[in-house]
Amino acid sequence: MIRRARLLLFAASGAGLVTLIVTAYLGLPAFGRISHPYGARAISAAVVDKGTANVVASVTFDQRGFDTLGEEFILFTSVLGALLLLRPSAEETKRARNAPQGRVLDSTRLVAHLLLPLTLLIGVYVVAHGNVTPGGGFQGGVILATALHLLYLGGDYATLRRFTPRAVFDVVESVGAAGYLVLGLAGLIAGGAFLDNVLPRGTFGQLTSAGTVPLLNVAVGMEVFAGIVLLLARFFEQDLELRGGDR
Amino acid sequence: MTALLVVALLLVAVGGGAVVLARRPDRQAVTLSVYGLLLSVLFLLLGAPDVALSQLAVGAVVVPLMVLFAHRKLSRRGDE
Repeated sequence: MIRRARLLLFAASGAGLVTLIVTAYLGLPAFGRISHPYGARAISAAVVDKGTANVVASVTFDQRGFDTLGEEFILFTSVLGALLLLRPSAEETKRARNAPQGRVLDSTRLVAHLLLPLTLLIGVYVVAHGNVTPGGGFQGGVILATALHLLYLGGDYATLRRFTPRAVFDVVESVGAAGYLVLGLAGLIAGGAFLDNVLPRGTFGQLTSAGTVPLLNVAVGMEVFAGIVLLLARFFEQDLELRGGDR
Repeated sequence: MTALLVVALLLVAVGGGAVVLARRPDRQAVTLSVYGLLLSVLFLLLGAPDVALSQLAVGAVVVPLMVLFAHRKLSRRGDE
């Protein structure tokens, strides 16, 4: 009986959802059209008014900067929640320090060591050029975080731990998250609106153009970089350092 | 370009199906990574390089890694 009622409820709500989605899709502009009413306005606002070559960055950090603040704190709180859930419990005990290490092939070690500086450089590049080319703080931050883990792939866990001190990354994450807020408040004080882009626009297409956009990218980059590193560190700790407590 | 888009969309459909049909979480982590790569190619073809970059970093690398970690931890239940 309950099963039947559930099925009926699912059929009714499913049909409603399908109707709503189809109706919404019918109202969308045709697929693959060159012009788009919102797109045209966003592009002209980004390029003409705001002097930002990467239109997407202008939308996320200038025209819709407040939404991105929300997204940044969604990530911040999810990392916080995951760290809390993954903290060592009372039943878990430290493993013996010299747990057998898997063998790393020399070729893997070589490739990892060659890629490490290159990937770090790409990460910094993507963060720094967010206002002019695709990418930005979020993408670059994740690239930087994954780059550090080449230390594990090409070396061992101890090396990874040594280069990812938790206290430092805690500070970097918090400074990144707070930096966004501070830049928003600076806009409020200097320009009269939260996150107002008060800095000079600079020369279009240059690294220092687009006012506060590159600074916001750096703030987000720090937050994402440190957040992902801390998150993965907890997963590594659960997998490699702790035993027992499997409920 | 349209033909390329159709191919990319089909690959995404196949990839998504493969993730669901893999059933075992450890295999799903690998198929999810491939699926993430296919999705980022689709985003790139649709002219969204920013989204493609996020998708590549998060969907193809970080999320599958977290799934693998979680699976390893949980599958150790009862051992040791």
